[in-house]
This record gives sequence, structure tokens and C-alpha cells, in this order.
Amino acid sequence: MKPELDEDALIGALSTGEVEPEGLVAGPAPALATLPPPRGFELTPKSPAASAADGEVLEVAMGPHHPSTHGVFRMDVVLDGERVLRLKPVFGYLHRNHEKIAERTTYLASMPYTDRLDYFCSLTNNWAYALAVERLAGIGVPERAEYLRVITAELTRLLNHSCLIGFLLHDMGTMGTPLMYAFREREKILDLFEALTGARMMCNYMRFGGCRVDAPAGWLDQVRQVVDDFPRFLEEFENLITTNEILLARSQGVGVLPAALAISASVTGPMLRASGVDYDLRKVDGYGFYPRFEFRVPLGDHGDVYDRYMVRVLEMRESLHILHQALRDIPDGPVLDPKAKLRNFRPKPGEAYGRLEAPKGELGFYLISDGGPNPYRYRVRPPSLINLTILEDMCRGHTVADAVVILGSVDIVLGEVDR
Amino acid sequence: MDEGLRSELSKQGVFTTTLEELYNWGRRSSVWPLNFGLACCAIEMIAASMARFDIARFGAEVFRPSPRQADLMIVAGTVTKKMAPQVVRLFNQMPEPKYVIAMGACAISGGPFKQGYNVLKGIDRYLPVDVHIPGCPPRPEALLHALMTLQQKIAAQRLTGPERPPHARDDAPAEFPVPQYGPYDLNPPHNPEVWQPAAVVRDEA
Amino acid sequence: MTRLAAAVPGIQLELVPNGSPGNPASLVVDPAQAVAAAVFLRDDPGLLLDHVSNVTGVDWLDTVLKETTRVKQVIDGVEREVEQTTERRKPGYLEAVYHLFSMARKQGPVVLRQRTANRVDKVHVASLTPVFRGAEFQEREVFDLFGIVFDGHPDLRRLLMWDEFQDHPMRKDYVEPDDYEYEPTPHDEVLDKARRHYPVGATP
Repeated sequence: MKPELDEDALIGALSTGEVEPEGLVAGPAPALATLPPPRGFELTPKSPAASAADGEVLEVAMGPHHPSTHGVFRMDVVLDGERVLRLKPVFGYLHRNHEKIAERTTYLASMPYTDRLDYFCSLTNNWAYALAVERLAGIGVPERAEYLRVITAELTRLLNHSCLIGFLLHDMGTMGTPLMYAFREREKILDLFEALTGARMMCNYMRFGGCRVDAPAGWLDQVRQVVDDFPRFLEEFENLITTNEILLARSQGVGVLPAALAISASVTGPMLRASGVDYDLRKVDGYGFYPRFEFRVPLGDHGDVYDRYMVRVLEMRESLHILHQALRDIPDGPVLDPKAKLRNFRPKPGEAYGRLEAPKGELGFYLISDGGPNPYRYRVRPPSLINLTILEDMCRGHTVADAVVILGSVDIVLGEVDR
Repeated sequence: MDEGLRSELSKQGVFTTTLEELYNWGRRSSVWPLNFGLACCAIEMIAASMARFDIARFGAEVFRPSPRQADLMIVAGTVTKKMAPQVVRLFNQMPEPKYVIAMGACAISGGPFKQGYNVLKGIDRYLPVDVHIPGCPPRPEALLHALMTLQQKIAAQRLTGPERPPHARDDAPAEFPVPQYGPYDLNPPHNPEVWQPAAVVRDEA
Repeated sequence: MTRLAAAVPGIQLELVPNGSPGNPASLVVDPAQAVAAAVFLRDDPGLLLDHVSNVTGVDWLDTVLKETTRVKQVIDGVEREVEQTTERRKPGYLEAVYHLFSMARKQGPVVLRQRTANRVDKVHVASLTPVFRGAEFQEREVFDLFGIVFDGHPDLRRLLMWDEFQDHPMRKDYVEPDDYEYEPTPHDEVLDKARRHYPVGATP
């Protein structure tokens, strides 16, 4: 049986639909809600009467399959020529029901799922969840485990930021060269993770009250070697791109985010600090052993794409600084609290909210226990999703090509946006 | 052609081939994948195309953003029910001959997220899958292995006779029906022409 | 809290203790005064809670309270003490939970809760999106997954599921579509499902 052909799908890139005068002017976008599911790229001409500006207004669904949206993210863009008039993000194409599944399984069994939230930074996700459960049940963590957590989290930050910058420049049209440099370093860090945890990406390393296993012999020396080599890469990378004319032209003054708006919209992480707000949870909450380390919080002046890029580069340097101190000071000892229960773990009824500074922003876990083996309510506070709140404000008035760069500078991972 | 004669000729510097072999050699040496990442596995797919693993050694480094130019769809990651119609539509837009690699546990069966309400329990409910790669996520080496498996499969395809591949047959479906969003689930929940539930006989006391 | 009560006239507040040690108690605020309370919390110079970190919903099911009382009854002329059980149905409710922090003063959290009247039809609470922009997507998500309607939200649509979807999957009584047929090692609920799909003795 041959199925009925979808003509629009066959035509592919361009399809002209009926003119709908309403939908653009006001209201919560009924036209978008009633659109058929998007194709790769879909254009629906709107009547000129509906547009405020001269010329034709186009409604374009960028995504969910679009090479520049970092996964299955969809932006419904209303365009006047090349300018973005309105932009509505559409989520849910990777909604994997993490919270529902976690409410059905035991506390410990959710740990591997947290790896898959933000699949670049599984170790900080692990830590955030372990932190929330430790706060809920009042579990302590041995000293060596805290140091291992700091080391792995900062390595994760290096990995995430370098890859993000690679992707950002990829969006600007470098066709993968910085990305290849970044992934070369990523492989070195992933080798460390693999030696420590047994997996490249999905580490599943933290436990409530410590870490799963101690570092193998010689692992810390390998970390030291990678950390010592990393500045060489950073300098090479920066020589290549920081003063690159195209990068400057494409990123300075683009996607400016004022500090007041960033605070109101709960933006966190490097995005917030690029707007000049000094709010780093490593300093504010002082979780883990971060108060023991000396490091600075880089802040931006303008809040544009270039500042976001620069803040990340500087954060990598500070991460290296933290890593040097942690590798110098790490003591011997157990890595798991002997009183911590892995099996039959039932915290007392209550609730806790644990958060930490993940590479993408403030990652929080909110847990309600009813005394059973499963959490009654399990909630992830995804930094990527909330940082997208102001995407429309940043993109309005810019061209489509800039919107792509601005989205790249927000640093989203769809596994975390949709969960 | 006789194998002995052929090897004898190649010793004399005469290379012989058949049209079928030449055609399959060309196809399998330049498989262009669709630039199509869904979830975690997509990062390993990118890693496979980067310097260390270098998928270009197998002629498959040309990731095409448009389905019109792609031969291979690597379903890299969890297919949700919200995404499944788009995946099927993209596959329909790819020109024949086309192949599907289901990369990772999620694309094969739903994987760790199998019990989720919005997760499709395997892309093979809607599309014919050629190679499955287990793993969560599979390492880039596993993806390379899958690509080599696919190349072997392409090389073994006969262009005539009853065992012709789908793209050489008239009765094979050229398009696969795109599921619709329903009030509670996708409609239909699976394509019965492609996939039927496994038959299990339970004997229980 | 007393300052809040003074600032917003007629506010109804309730403090919910937290069973977990070291974690803050939370403040239940009536939806009618929620926006005023939020504005106060945001603008009060001693609090300056300008960062709404987390917005989520919680589904509390209807609970059946069994009360057992011992009553003296005269049965067959003998006075005996008999246990009598009365059942009282306590209606469940949905709850929207806000975690507020202060970026300016670097303190927090204050946990704010709004409760709906029941789980079926009176599911309205006040949206805090006009006060905190960061609540926008999270309130949409709560609307999508829990079915809490936020009055005053500028753009209340489903966030994660498709628009035609008709259920609220994060509610505790949600029944998901029965669409996985085969499980190699069935157990518990999955075993029941497997039994339903493959009755004993059925041939393929």
C-alpha cells in the first residue's frame, strides 16, 4: 500500500500556504498552534496588511531538524525580510519524562538518568543530584570525595566551555575547525573520565555521601598532565579566534542582554555574568570545598555574544587555577561515607532544594520525600530552559544569521531543556 | 566470471569488475549521512566525525543538513513521540537508496527511557532499520563498526533477481505513513507493515 | 513573615514546616494575594528576592483518612468496647512551589507555595510571571504537566507535549498509553502488562 503523499513534504523547502491575516497581530499565537508539525524549513507568507513594516512578513519554523539549533530545538520566527520580528521557542521534542521515571524508581536509580540530562556535563549533574539528596537526608561527604568532585566538575567545565565555543564558532561559519580543536581536548578529558568511572560520557560516578570508586593509581598524575597541557591549547585557541575579525564583527553588540532583564528572567551561569552580575554559586553558596580555593569570577561589561564568549574563556582559566589547587591539596582517605546507605535508602519525610553552578548555569534539584524508597516529587531546575526565556528579547531586530549565533551563545543542551 | 581467471588477469595488470560490483563499491564508499542529532548519541556521532575517530576514512564524513542529499539516516538518540512524525517525514524526503542506523539503546527500544510516556519505544516501529548499535551511548568505534556493517550490507546487495533491495523493486513502499498527534498517543502507535509486536508464548503455572 | 503580613493587608499565610532538618520551611500564600506578596518579597529592601530559581508543581492526591475510635457499645446486654472506623475523604490539591533567592543580597531560599482548591475543576492559581519573568516557561511547564491554570500568565500554552495532547502526565493518577509489549524480564507492573498482552496458552 502506498501511503498518501504529503505534497508539501515533497516540495520540501518552500511551501506557500493560505494567507491568514490574524495570528500575527495579537493574541497568544493561534496560528502557530494550529500549524501542522514543522518540516525542516517552512515558509508561510503572510498578507502584507498584517505586517507593520514594509514588505512581506514570513513565518518560519526553524527546527526541530535544523543544523544550527543544537539538536531538536524549534524556533518559530516571524521575519520581515532578514530581520526577526518575533521569535517563539517550541520545546518538547526531546521530552524524555525524566521526572516521571525518577518518581517511580528509587533515589539511587535516578543517578544514571541525571547523566543524560545535560549530556556534556554528566558529572556536575551527578553532583547536583547528590547534593540535593545529601541535603535532604543530612549525609556528610568525606574530604577526598569532595576534592574528587571538585576536580571532575572543573574538568567538566573545561570540556563544556571548549566544546561550546567550538559550536558557537561553527554557527558563525568556521565549518568545524575550532570544533575539531575543542574535540581534540575533549577526547583527552574523556579519557580521564573513562579511567575514573568506566564510561566516556555517562559517568554515573557520584553517590550520596561520596563517590563510587576511588581514583585508580596514577590517575591524578594524568589529570595533572592534562591540566598542565591545557593552557597551551587555550592560547592556541585564543590566538586563532579571540581577535579574529569575523568573530568580532559577528559577536560584538549582538544579542545584548541588560543586567536588569537577566536578573528578572532568572538567567544564570556565564550568560548572567557576561551581563555584569556577580552571581556565581561557587562563591554564593560555597557548596563543596569551593570556599577553600582561590579563584576569581569573570564578569562581562556589555552582555553581548562576545562577552559571553570571553567570560567562558576566562572561566576556563579560573577552572585550571582551581584544578591546580585541588590537585595539590587532595588528601588520602575514603571516598564514600561509611554511614551512607546505598540500598534501602529511605529519607525522612521532608523536602530539599539543592543547586550548584553547572557549566550552563544554576542546576537545581528539588526533592520531596514521603518516607518511601522513591521521591514523591522529583524536579530538575534546568538552566538551559530558563536561559532561553530571554531569547526573543535578544534576537528581536537582528538577522536570522545573528539569531543562530545568539542561540549558540546561550549554550543549551536539549536533553536538559526538555528533560 | 570465473574467480581463477579473474585473479590471473589481475596478476597481469588487468582489472575486471561487474557493473553491480562497481555500482555497490561507489555507493558504499560514499555514504552521506544526514546531519541529524536527537540526543546524547549525537555527541558521539560528532566525536566520530572529529579528528580522533575520523569517519572520513570510510567515506562518510559529508554530513548533509538536507535530507535531499543524504543516503543514510543515523537515528542518534531518543525518539520522542513528539519528534517521531518529523523523523518519518525526513526519512520520506530522502532519496532512494536510503538506509537507517539506529544508534543507541533509545533509538532501538526506548532504552533507559522506555517507561516514559512521551518516548517512542524504538524507531523500528515506523522505519525499516538496517543496522542497530547497542550502547548508551555507543562509542564512536561502535558507530564506525556499524558503518562497516552497512557497507558490507550494501556490497552484498544484488540488483537483479528476487532478493533485490527495496529501492530496486516496484512493490516496496517508497513512503512511510507519517504518524499523527493524537489526544493521548501517536496515531497509529506503530506501522504494522514495518513492525509487529514480537510473538511471545507465555507458559506460567 | 510578620512584615509580609503587615505589608499586604488581608493576606492569609500559613507556615508549612519541613520535616527534613536544615531545610527551610515554606510559606503558603492564598492565590488571591500571591502577586502582592511576590511584589513585596521582590521589592522589600531587607529581602530583595529577585531571582525565582525554581517553579514546579506538586500533585497531592485525595487521601482517605481512617480514624479509629474506641466506643463503648451495649451489645447483647453486655457493655463492650468496640473499635469503630470512620472514613473521611480529604480532597487533594495541586500545589505550585516557587523557590526565591536574592541575587542582590545573596541569600535565600524562601519557598512560596500556592494551592488550588481541588484537583479537578478549581485548578486556578495566580501567575507570578508579571513579577518574575523567569517563571514564564516553568509555569507553562507546570500547566502542561500538572494542569494548574495560572491566571494572568501572558502566554499559557503547553510547553513540552504537543497541543492536541489532553492529559497531564505528571499527575500521580496519570495512566500512560499501554505501548510496550515485550519485556525480557518482566516484573511488578510490567509483569501485569505482559500478562494482559500475552495470555497463558495463547499461540502467536
